[in-house]
Amino acid sequence: MKFGILVNEGPYQHQASDSAYQFAQAALTAGHEIYRVFFYHDGVNNGTRLTVPPQDDRNVVDRWSELAEKHDLDLVLCVAAAQRRGLLDADEAQRHGKDADNIAPGFRISGLGQLIEAAIQSDRLVTFGD
Amino acid sequence: MSLLHTVNKSPFERNSLESCLRLAEDGHAVLLIEDAAVAALNGTAHTETIKNATGRLSMYVLGPDLDARGLSRDRVIDGIEIVDYDRFVTLTCEHDSVQSWL
Repeated sequence: MKFGILVNEGPYQHQASDSAYQFAQAALTAGHEIYRVFFYHDGVNNGTRLTVPPQDDRNVVDRWSELAEKHDLDLVLCVAAAQRRGLLDADEAQRHGKDADNIAPGFRISGLGQLIEAAIQSDRLVTFGD
Repeated sequence: MSLLHTVNKSPFERNSLESCLRLAEDGHAVLLIEDAAVAALNGTAHTETIKNATGRLSMYVLGPDLDARGLSRDRVIDGIEIVDYDRFVTLTCEHDSVQSWL
């Protein structure tokens, strides 16, 4: 079965990202496909490569990146939500005259249409938020 | 159409579980996750409401979220099935759609 996953909350603030990760891992282990994980609202904060959590804590951002690499996942940050919160890829940084980009490996920035498309293409859309 | 409802708020904090139980149709499934895990326990002010719901809805609670909160699995209301993430995934497959009550 094909799953779409929507994450609306940032890491370390709410359990949503952890729950979504556990769900994604269980779905992949069971042999299902994850069509896309879409990060919306504060959920875009899951995609910054500049987080440095304590060593004895889980690294929420790296965990998503590693899962994406292992299973070739499509992790998408909403562009409008990302720009407001200072999440930029190289292209966006250049376009807005910023001196750095901070998107984590495995993530990409795109529009809300990607969420709609994920909802259409997936058999199930599962939402995690506050 | 069979729906899986997920609720993630304690009924002591917000009324999303109450809304869910009011609007869920007979035969639907309700999965209590995150802070809603507390609603699965016996001996609370909400126990009667939840017990009544188990008659017409399939009720589930996510075990890891009980454990994470130190809530004993022994205290879970009879009629509520304790599930893990694998079963969470299976439940989403068994129902036509998932409604997340945020």
